[in-house]
This record gives sequence, structure tokens and C-alpha cells, in this order.
Amino acid sequence: MSTASILFDAPGPRARVRNRVISGVTVIVVVLVAWAVIAKLAGKGQLTPAKWQPFLTANLWKTYVLPGIQGTLTAAALSIVLALILGFLLGVGRMSHIGAVRWPCAVIVEFFRAVPVLIMMIFAYFLYALYDTFPSKHLALAGVVTGLTLYNGAVIAEILRAGVRALPRGQGEAAAALGLSWGQTMRSILLPQAITSMLPVLVSQLVVVLKDTAIGYQITFVEMVRQGTVVGSSYGNYIPALIVIAVLMITANFALSSAATRLEQRLRRSKRGGTPLEAQAALEPGD
Amino acid sequence: MEVFSEYRGQILEAFWTTIQLTVFSAIGALILGTVLAAMRLAPVPMLNWLGTTYVNTVRNTPLTLIILFCSFGLAQTLGITMADPKSPTSIVDSNFRLAVLGLTLYTASFVCETVRSGINTVPLGQAEAARSLGFTFSQNLRIILLPQAFRSVIIPLGSVLIALTKNTTIASAIGVAEAALLMKEMIENTAALLAVGTIFALGFVVLTLPMGLLFGWLGKRLAVAR
Repeated sequence: MSTASILFDAPGPRARVRNRVISGVTVIVVVLVAWAVIAKLAGKGQLTPAKWQPFLTANLWKTYVLPGIQGTLTAAALSIVLALILGFLLGVGRMSHIGAVRWPCAVIVEFFRAVPVLIMMIFAYFLYALYDTFPSKHLALAGVVTGLTLYNGAVIAEILRAGVRALPRGQGEAAAALGLSWGQTMRSILLPQAITSMLPVLVSQLVVVLKDTAIGYQITFVEMVRQGTVVGSSYGNYIPALIVIAVLMITANFALSSAATRLEQRLRRSKRGGTPLEAQAALEPGD
Repeated sequence: MEVFSEYRGQILEAFWTTIQLTVFSAIGALILGTVLAAMRLAPVPMLNWLGTTYVNTVRNTPLTLIILFCSFGLAQTLGITMADPKSPTSIVDSNFRLAVLGLTLYTASFVCETVRSGINTVPLGQAEAARSLGFTFSQNLRIILLPQAFRSVIIPLGSVLIALTKNTTIASAIGVAEAALLMKEMIENTAALLAVGTIFALGFVVLTLPMGLLFGWLGKRLAVAR
């Protein structure tokens, strides 16, 4: 049932009037709420030019926001690359025929999916601090990247497994009939097809990584949200600062999500490979 | 393990706060998420647009930002504290409630998408039969579609709630005394990093693993036979 119009009949004259009335009431309610919010903001002096003008100065962007964007992008890029590597190893390991490889991989994957990213970040941060693993300048970055890599690696391992499972059984059976070994089957038959069908989910996972870099706020990592609060405290404009950061984040993530959906539709149309996994039906909904 | 016995009371209290955050936010998110799903499916374009915009906005915002906005924006700047300012625990109460608000708003967008995907699993004939019996849209949704949709998305809804349980740690950003905040404090006060890390990691495994098993069992038991 892909279209909502199945749920109700084509509206007749009375239903059209009723729908218009509901639309009108909705518009009025939305306008009233928006007006109340704006009035409240204005009442607290949050809409005065003084609160917003700093965003037009190059200094604010150069000193605060751009370093934040840089931090977010660096952490996200490092994490997704490392998570792909880890996810590949864990995912393939979990599909192995050797129990001594499969079981540890399964336990690791389930463990890192069950533990909150923040707990892993705090742990990694203090661990690196204790053993002086990284220069103190990069300590927070290392903590963030570790937390994100472990969690997203586990998720990608599961995505990979789902991708392989979604392939037609005949693929593996044909490979076995040709006498290919398990490694050969994986390498040249199953994984290449699974990866194609995984692409949309991987792009959506990138959104998760980008959003989750903000958790690094709590271990003093210099990323966008933290820089937003720093702007807020130095210019006394928390609400405008957080709104600007939110707009930047939402734009980037929305573009990525739409790209994932478009990619999925394109793969669905093409004849090659298995059916793609749904971009939005991520295996870990809710993060 | 000495660390554990020394801090036992505090650890249990922190995890109790985690559980409370989860339960209250889950209730709020399930209600708001279902309402949003109904809005996105309704025959009124204005409601569709509103629901879609909400989901696309909130789902693409970091949870940390939402929770900080509740604290810095709502409470500190606008003075909406959600707690009696005269009570002695007003700051603690206010932070807790703001965290529940943030978690509810965030999780609702995921609940909405899950419920919507559940409605897509209900066979076409069900809605058509309901329409041919003269059911209105809201009757159709309430009596025919949602009961079947919920039963088919118990497992993904369970994943949303597990993610919510883990996301409650982010409430420590505004000083809610839950597990992650205590973890930081304990690491700073004791030298037992490994023990503390193990306690909190296992604490979350203990919370989320039974949830996964429970929802898996419920999902199989309540699945609509087709």
C-alpha cells in the first residue's frame, strides 16, 4: 500500500469542503503558534538586530563556526572510513563457517550495538588520557572517532549481513556448484552484489554519523553544536546561535537523506544486482 | 568490584533515572508519533505537509542540539521551566522534564516513520473492504489499519525504544543525573577506569538486551497471520 489515497475515497463535494475547513483550521493554528513563539522571542528581546547581526560578521564565522564545521566533518569522515573497515571485518567474520571466528564477531557486534555511543566516547576519552595515547589537542577527536567507529562499525556489519541475506539463494548455490570456496564466493559473488544494494543504507548511515558527532559535545570536542553554544555565551544570543547551527545541520543531513532515497530509487529501477535495501528503513531506527 | 559496592546506591539511582527518562519519553513519543503518522496519511494536504516537515526537520537534527535548545532556549532564555520555581528541587525537576520533552520530540519522528511503514504492510484489501463498508478515514485508521500496523511493527518499534534508552545518556548534557553523568563523575573520582566502564556498559546491556528479546517474542506472538 504505497499511496495514501487508498485509505480514503476520492473526496466528494462535502468532503472537499470539510477538508478545506480542516486545512484552514490547521493554517490558523500554525499561524497562532508561530505568532506566539515570535511574540515570546520578541518579548525576551531575541529578535533584535543586535542578536542576529554577529552572524553577518566574518569574525564570528572564522573564530567559532568554521572550526566547528571542520571538527564535525573531520570526525565524521574519519569515523565513517574506519567504521566501514571494522564493519566489513565484523560482518564477514559473522558470516564465517568457522565458529571460533563467527561467535566472537557476533558478541562484539551485539555488545557495541547495545552500549550508548556516549558511554563509549567517555570511556575512550579517559582511556587515551590515562595512557597518553594521543596529544592532548587530539584527545577529544580520538574519543569521538573511537565511539562512532565502534558503534557504526557494528551497525555496518549488520547492514552487510542483511545485504548478503537479501540476495537470491541461487547466487551462493551457483557459486558452490562451480566449486568456488567460501572466500571466493564471498569475494567475487556475494559481497559485490551486497555492497551495491547496501549503498542507500550506507549513505543514510552517514547522516547518523554526522548527527552523532554532536555527542562529542560532552567530551569537549570542538564541533558545530559546541561552537553554537560558545557563540551563544560570547554574544549572549543562545537562541539565534542554536537556530543557525540547526539550519546548517538540517540542510546538510536533509540533502544526504534525499540523496540516499534517490540512490535507492535508481538502483531499484536498474536491472543489475539484487533489490536495494530501503534507504530510510535503517537497521537501527531511532538514532 | 570494590568500586561497585562503594557506589552501589548511586549507580542504581542513576540507572533508575535512565529508566524513568526512557519510560516517560517512550509514552510521549508513541502518542505524538502516532498522531504524526495519522497526519501524514490524512486526506488533508495541509496536515500531510505539517507532518512531513516535522519529521524531516527533527530527524535531521542532532539530539544534543534539541536537548540543549530545550535547556538554553526554553528554560534559560524564555523562562519556560516546566517546574514550580518555588520548589527546592525546581532546577533538577526542570532539567529532567526538559530532557523528557527533547527525547519525546526527537523519538516521535522515528515512531511516526515506523508506524507509517507498518501501515504499508497491511494488505490493500483491508482498507478497501473498510471503505466499501462506508468507514470514514478516521474509522478506517482506528479500527482497521492501526491495530494491524502496530502488530506488524512491534520489532522495529522495539528498536526505536532501545535506541531511546541509549539516547537518554545525552540528557547528561543538561545535567540530568543519569548513568552517563555518574560515569563521568566516577571516572574522575576513582582511578578504576576499566571497572567503571564495564559497570556502565554492562548496565546498558542488561537494560537493552531483555528489551530486544521481549519485543522479538512479542512481535512473533502478535504477528498478524496472513
